[in-house]
Amino acid sequence: MSASIGVIVFPGTNCEHDAVGAVDALGGEGRLIFHTDTSLGQLDGLILPGGFAHGDYLRPGAIARFSPIMEAVRTFAEAGGPVVGICNGFQVLCEAHLLPGALQKNRGLTFLCQPSELEVVSTSSVLTSSATVGQRLSVPINHFSGSYTCDLDTLRQLEAQDRIVLRYVDNPNGSIDSIAGISNEAGNVVGLMPHPERAVSSLLGSEDGAVLLRSFLGAAAAATVG
Amino acid sequence: MRFLAHVDVRLRHGIADPEGATILRALPALGFTSVASVESGRSFRVELDAADLEAARSMAASLADRLLANPVIEESVIEVEPLG
Repeated sequence: MSASIGVIVFPGTNCEHDAVGAVDALGGEGRLIFHTDTSLGQLDGLILPGGFAHGDYLRPGAIARFSPIMEAVRTFAEAGGPVVGICNGFQVLCEAHLLPGALQKNRGLTFLCQPSELEVVSTSSVLTSSATVGQRLSVPINHFSGSYTCDLDTLRQLEAQDRIVLRYVDNPNGSIDSIAGISNEAGNVVGLMPHPERAVSSLLGSEDGAVLLRSFLGAAAAATVG
Repeated sequence: MRFLAHVDVRLRHGIADPEGATILRALPALGFTSVASVESGRSFRVELDAADLEAARSMAASLADRLLANPVIEESVIEVEPLG
């Protein structure tokens, strides 16, 4: 059975169709869910896609976190449902405290839109379960506030619990410990700045994002939440 | 009673401040060669109604902590004054 994936749309989200397209291309079924909805319906997994929710006013994700749909997202995540936040979605998950830390403006105040070389650090997340540790993936980044930061205790905890999911090979944005993606303790909630949905076909320059999204779809198909 | 809260949000000590660093690097081009450091932040002026100054302070602190600042990377300094 193919996995049914909800893609959350906030005002200002702009990667929702790419996300649905990638899910569909990889054998899942994506559908859009509006930020004013209060329930998710029958779903196997959730994607919070990229964009500029609420114009990134105040801080990226700061306002989106109060959207009506976020309560259902929290319930789904806490019940073990697979959730991935991509770029702005990662920022929303951090602001909603579903993931620790914060995303700051890039080092050098540069908006970065380029391919990025990633290294898989952990395979105990829903996004990397079919990858191998040390595997190199080329996945594009497209962000201004993507420099991951957290306090030292959190960083030690992330390391000790195998929750650093992906690292940049050349750390283009100045993230602490070159972190590109992290997970929650259970591994079912993942946030990453790179855009795997933009790397699912050689036409787009890379198919490496499919490795990540296939893991996610597999986890979603196996999940019993929703 | 109406109060005016000045909420000054700044980065916690030790958190990288790329905005401040970039401004610092730009200043010598304008002839400001003796600037030692620049820290960026944002300030908010919030008008609110509360029973007294203490209640107004407490409300301002709470809204700063829950929305205006991200406690992971930022801290806020708050001053409240009566209005009118």
